[in-house]
Amino acid sequence: MAEPLLELRNLTTVFPMRRGAVNAVSGVNLRVQPGEILGIVGESGCGKSSVLLSILRLIRQPGHIAAGNIFFKGRDLRRLPQKKMRAIRGNEISMIFQDPLSTLNPVFPVGEQIREAMRLHGIANASPLPWPLAGRRSHEKQRVLDVMAEVGIPAPEARYRAYPHEFSGGMQQRALIAIALVCEPTLLLADEPTTALDVTIQAQIMEVMRRVNREHGAGIILVTHNLGLAAEFCDNIAVMYAGRIVERGPAQQVVDNPQHPYTRGLLACLPQISRQRSRIDPIPGEVPDLAGLPPGCAFIPRCSLARDACNSVDLRLRSLQANQYARCILYEDGVRYTVEEFS
Amino acid sequence: MSRRAANGAPLVEARDVKKHFPVPASLLGKLLAGQKDQLVKAVDGVSFKIWPGETVGLVGESGCGKTTLGRVLARLYEPTAGEILFRDWPVHSSFFRHTQIIFQNPYSSLNPRKTVRDIIGVALRQRGLRDPQEREAETLRLLRRVGLSERHVDAYPHQFSGGQRQRIGIARALAIQPQFVVADEPVSALDVSIQAQVINLLQELQEEFDLTYLFIAHDLSVIHHLSDRVVVMYLGHVMEEAETESLFANPLHPYTQALLAAIPVVDKEDRRERIILEGAVPSPIDPPSGCPFHTRCFAKKGPECEQEYPPEVQVQGHRVACWLYV
Amino acid sequence: MSVTSPTGAPAIAGRRQARLELWQRNARRFLAELGRQPIALLGGLVVLAFILAAVFAPYITAHDPELGSLRQRLIPPVWQQGGAAEFPLGTDGQGRDLLTRIIYGARISLLVGFLTVAISIIAGAGLGAVAGYYRGWLDTVLSRFADLLMAFPFLIFAIAMMAFIGPGFANLILALTFKGWVEFYRLVRGDIMSEKTREYVEAARALGRSHPTIIVAEILPNIVQSIFVVGTLRMGFFIVTEASLSFLGLGIQPPTPAWGSMVAAGRDVMLTHWWVATLPGLAIVLLVPALNIFGEGLRDILDPRLKVQ
Repeated sequence: MAEPLLELRNLTTVFPMRRGAVNAVSGVNLRVQPGEILGIVGESGCGKSSVLLSILRLIRQPGHIAAGNIFFKGRDLRRLPQKKMRAIRGNEISMIFQDPLSTLNPVFPVGEQIREAMRLHGIANASPLPWPLAGRRSHEKQRVLDVMAEVGIPAPEARYRAYPHEFSGGMQQRALIAIALVCEPTLLLADEPTTALDVTIQAQIMEVMRRVNREHGAGIILVTHNLGLAAEFCDNIAVMYAGRIVERGPAQQVVDNPQHPYTRGLLACLPQISRQRSRIDPIPGEVPDLAGLPPGCAFIPRCSLARDACNSVDLRLRSLQANQYARCILYEDGVRYTVEEFS
Repeated sequence: MSRRAANGAPLVEARDVKKHFPVPASLLGKLLAGQKDQLVKAVDGVSFKIWPGETVGLVGESGCGKTTLGRVLARLYEPTAGEILFRDWPVHSSFFRHTQIIFQNPYSSLNPRKTVRDIIGVALRQRGLRDPQEREAETLRLLRRVGLSERHVDAYPHQFSGGQRQRIGIARALAIQPQFVVADEPVSALDVSIQAQVINLLQELQEEFDLTYLFIAHDLSVIHHLSDRVVVMYLGHVMEEAETESLFANPLHPYTQALLAAIPVVDKEDRRERIILEGAVPSPIDPPSGCPFHTRCFAKKGPECEQEYPPEVQVQGHRVACWLYV
Repeated sequence: MSVTSPTGAPAIAGRRQARLELWQRNARRFLAELGRQPIALLGGLVVLAFILAAVFAPYITAHDPELGSLRQRLIPPVWQQGGAAEFPLGTDGQGRDLLTRIIYGARISLLVGFLTVAISIIAGAGLGAVAGYYRGWLDTVLSRFADLLMAFPFLIFAIAMMAFIGPGFANLILALTFKGWVEFYRLVRGDIMSEKTREYVEAARALGRSHPTIIVAEILPNIVQSIFVVGTLRMGFFIVTEASLSFLGLGIQPPTPAWGSMVAAGRDVMLTHWWVATLPGLAIVLLVPALNIFGEGLRDILDPRLKVQ
């Protein structure tokens, strides 16, 4: 396999709190190949957004990356000086946030904001003709209009001067994607990009992202709480719980044949149209407080298969079948029990 | 799922209900630019019936008027036109004894300065429970019923998680002993695993207290799971209404089809052919002429779609408002 | 589900107990927060000292605040040559003990400040709540009137009004509150308007609670703290304004001891007997900033809008 686009090794991000240190991300290992779409799935507070912010080194103080490496095209981003890091953000790695209206600047026209993103990284100078012949401005503007059209903003010429509040939610998200795309990043980080949107608009936005992935070969990490969305859109998914990856593998394989009790639980409590059930089986309890989490598996209090040994073993992601991994005592020691055998 | 809706009188009926909100133009705009006051036609002529014991799902995207309609039915808003009947009687202010509402946002729906005891106690007092000891006993009973512990009774809302807060909101609604409950997106702010717990709780309570639900949601899989019948709204109008299974198996209105195709699903077999709608929902201030969906419709029949609002017709047991079926 | 439960009288007693504990817990947390802001704590202590002195004035000093002896005129403070232990801060031009007058002056200042704030809150918050909750023409009329009042500088307005209705304690309160309520009106109106859109208000309506009950029992507890904070801050302002009016002879009339008129009376002998004007002035300079600092500390602790998170 070729060199991965992004590789996280033992990434650990810590937020010191009054109640104690919170390991928002603890020991995450991930790989994204060029052109791959990876989904990170989990409930709120599982650390999925912190993974993205850690990659860009945008974790807010006093939070910090406590351990691990972030290799992007072979370079460790964690060791990069701030200045070089800034050159990577928005240029080689772009991020799309959940709430477009708070990300766009309300007092500048959308087109100008896209152009600004381009200018920041010096892309604009690449005009084929020397300056007096091709006005730099018009060349830049043309590129902005192209990108706007590409993300499906109709009549980009007319919309160039429009302000963010004049856009609908879906259009704002497209504008944000345009900003992320204008520098042709090789890696796109999307943090719940469609959570604030309606389903028909969500379908439009995912279509745009799919096209970006196909036509530019950009790798995408999609963070979402929506298992259905991840299953449809992603090549591989990683399920996170309490700061750790508990299961990862090819998307459809994971949802068709989940191995970790948490993934099974998540799928069982999802109302699904194909399955007519009078009741759904919820996972009992709630997500634990990450401060002062005891060692061992964090899912124990909610797991129906939990046993004494779960408390003591330092669990690792174990390979199961065809690229599927799970972190559970079921799969320790190389012995692979079925759930039935185990319980 | 048992289809409870028997024949007989409906419990709640909406008859051509409209709710318009005025948007006044500024004085300066009126004087200088000749602007006029505008109307947001949030609900623009909706009729349907809900029979005792059933759950009616109300779906649509943001701005379709589903939340406004729910609030009109819960008597929080006075309808601009049309009427609401409860057991065939027009309803007035005492309606609250029969109808309660469960809100979407578990953070703003509980008064942050009140303890759980105060929150539920007020509802019990409204029900007419004067004796403080009885009230205390009933409060604790309700708390246990919704899955909270008695020691939570002196805590403030901020000390609870989102799911627990939603349970408190449910207990408050139940305290009045309503027959009809409007549940306005009660689980959409919750995490998946918590969502399932609350959905199950709502179902148990329905059995136990003979409740009738209007369940408002944008999540079609939740609607599918809970509802006996589904009403699909778009821009203040009902597009389609049908029994749940029939609607999901055989959606007739193009909007319903697009909506169903847009939900991401886990199971491969469930995935429908992708229909990507153009554009966004138009503004309810200036809705399109004719069928409100015609600006995004992929199956337009002809010029009539743009000119005249389609009459409602009964097709294969569905109530549809679309020219394709006229 | 059983209706019986281990409740009854003990539960009610337990409920009172729980309420008391809750209150104690909140009070403890408040004091702990205050302890973390030493400057606000200092301000609070100064204010408390003034209040105690004002309340227990007759027990602190044996002199009469209004009656002096001409033989004991203009005695300097005790640390200066010619000072007497009997008059720690010296005497004024009419032979009255300055400390006594400052202490009794604190009574006037604090009483004016407190009454003005209290009446302003009742009027302003009441009208603001009605206007913000019901809106409509009443809101338009009240808000335009409030805007009109805001257009005048406070002191000029009070001077004009006092000149018109004449000096005196009651008139002074009237002149100060006539414009003083606007601040609270705007605060409460805005807060009510934003609280009203929250779903707990709709929930109360769905339970059949009346609009006045919702305003008082549901919304008010959520905004009472910010009223309290602004009240503390405004109190200092009213005290300064009262002193200014009294200084100009438009407020409290001699011989009643008020800091403003005391400063005015000492003005003529300022160069020869500095203490007569300076010491009452110092009292103002001590109390007013103390109130403001304490008020700002309160705001940091109480006002939820300033709490990020």
